[in-house]
Amino acid sequence: MKSVSLLLVIGLGVAIGAGACASNPPPQTAPQPNADSAAAAERARQDSIAAAQAEADRRAREEAERVARQREADSIAALSHTAEEVRATLATMIHFDYDKATIRSEDAAILDQKVAILQANANLRIRVGGHCDERGSDEYNLALGNRRAQAAKQYLVSHGIDAGRIETQSWGEEKPLAQGHDEAAWSQNRRDEFEVISGGDNLRRPS
Amino acid sequence: MGLDSVRAIVARDLDYSDRFEVISLPGGDSIRLATPSSGGTKTAHSDRTLSAALNYPLYQALGADFALDITAAGDTTVGTLHDIAAAGVRRTVRAVVPRSTDPEFRQAVHRLADQMVQAALGTAGIAATRVLFVKDGKVYQIDQDGADQKLVSSSDRQAMSPAWESDGRRFAYMEFQAGHGWLYVQEMATGKRNAVATTGTALDFTPAFSPDGQTLAFSRATEEGTDIYTINVKNNCCLRRLTVGHFSDNLSPTFSPDGQRIAFVSTRPGLPQIYVMAADGTDQQLFAPFDYGVTGASNAPEWSPDGQSVAFHRDVAGTLQVFVLDVRTRTVRQLTSVGRNEDPTWAPDSRHLAFVSDRSGYRQLWIIDLETGRIRPLLQQSGARLPAWSPRLSEAPSSTP
Repeated sequence: MKSVSLLLVIGLGVAIGAGACASNPPPQTAPQPNADSAAAAERARQDSIAAAQAEADRRAREEAERVARQREADSIAALSHTAEEVRATLATMIHFDYDKATIRSEDAAILDQKVAILQANANLRIRVGGHCDERGSDEYNLALGNRRAQAAKQYLVSHGIDAGRIETQSWGEEKPLAQGHDEAAWSQNRRDEFEVISGGDNLRRPS
Repeated sequence: MGLDSVRAIVARDLDYSDRFEVISLPGGDSIRLATPSSGGTKTAHSDRTLSAALNYPLYQALGADFALDITAAGDTTVGTLHDIAAAGVRRTVRAVVPRSTDPEFRQAVHRLADQMVQAALGTAGIAATRVLFVKDGKVYQIDQDGADQKLVSSSDRQAMSPAWESDGRRFAYMEFQAGHGWLYVQEMATGKRNAVATTGTALDFTPAFSPDGQTLAFSRATEEGTDIYTINVKNNCCLRRLTVGHFSDNLSPTFSPDGQRIAFVSTRPGLPQIYVMAADGTDQQLFAPFDYGVTGASNAPEWSPDGQSVAFHRDVAGTLQVFVLDVRTRTVRQLTSVGRNEDPTWAPDSRHLAFVSDRSGYRQLWIIDLETGRIRPLLQQSGARLPAWSPRLSEAPSSTP
């Protein structure tokens, strides 16, 4: 702070002296600073400002690059996280009561999410597989599994999804998920499974 | 030695026919047979060669009605059935039985046993028959006496619902293919198979041959539900839809032996129950009576070869039991009550049924005689299901290596 005001005073004195020379030289009231050292100081000053500026610029640039890189990494991660999340939501199974093919009210929400995903991803095609527990008749379960797959398909279609984008299958009781012989296992096995046929890359999250 | 095993096989066949009481005579080399159901008609079976010198009064004193001699004459096996009361030979059958190492040996002996039953009672036995079944997703065959189990599936894909053609030379079954169900007809002798009626995108299942072997009825699951179709299996043409379910499923067709009617399962009353229609799909009506809101689901009907009964299973208190519908009176009776019992299939004598039961702790195949109620296990293996009993199998269908 102190040096700054000194420089201002010196500069002012030089200008006054120069104007006074034209008519009558003023008396040397103030000591003349060495012009060379002032210039050097000024150069040093300018140099240090430039260097500081360059350093600041470099740091800013590096920081910006780092932020950009981070943002890019973050968004890629976010993107794949989204696709994964969407895929998981799409694959969430729904379940049924014994010998029933009616969509449970709590499962309607799961199907609503699939509707949104199918709407956000126009090229996505899926397959619904209907499954049964081992309690019913082996062959009848093929018809029941078909009903279960059709029930999910009809729900999706009635919510605006093109029927051509949904295939159905029935596996009856042939592919149990849980191997036990009690209600805990049976309730898991009475289900619809959902899988992607095509258009499942870069799944978009419904907006 | 070969003769001993022939006698052992015949003796077991006669026992398994549930028409005779088989008793070993003193000396251990003779067996006596008696028919409990026909008021003292009895048969004895002896292995001695001195058939002409049979001591009829002795057998009569033992209570035997028949005596059966099995002897060897060169490469021919001779079965001689004696009528004890008449004190004379009822019938002599000569059969060329291959060596015991020949794959056709047992079936040849079974056919001889069936001829003896025919001679004694006027109706053929069921010894020369086999049962197809599914285990671990594959189709197997096994002789009715539990011998010679053999894999007949020819692919690794999951199979279901084998069904015989009425001449025993071919069978149909369903196989999962890329999530759909395809039907195949396979020749028993060669293993050669052909796909039938497949669209590639439908789920076709539960095939059933018409008695003349020309038509295959089956279930097809589509967007509309499951309905019954028929197809000309010879030319693989002329697909016909017999049921239009809309909001109900129709499945598991089974032809009456005259080919005029088809019994099937329909969910039109809410739960699956047994219905019947003409073979062209007309005149659909309830077949096996049930109490609405009380009777459990009924499934897996199979029409008996004599046309008089339809066997099926029904949910009773949360488990399945085998029932038989009397076609004439349309009354049902429950046949089983121990454990879970399902998927009955008729022997050609229309008095034996094979079915799946877990009565021994795991699911396996059992055989019940409807006349005597006698039950025996066909298999001692877990996981066997969906049995289909063959018709009487005639001469080996030219199975040349």
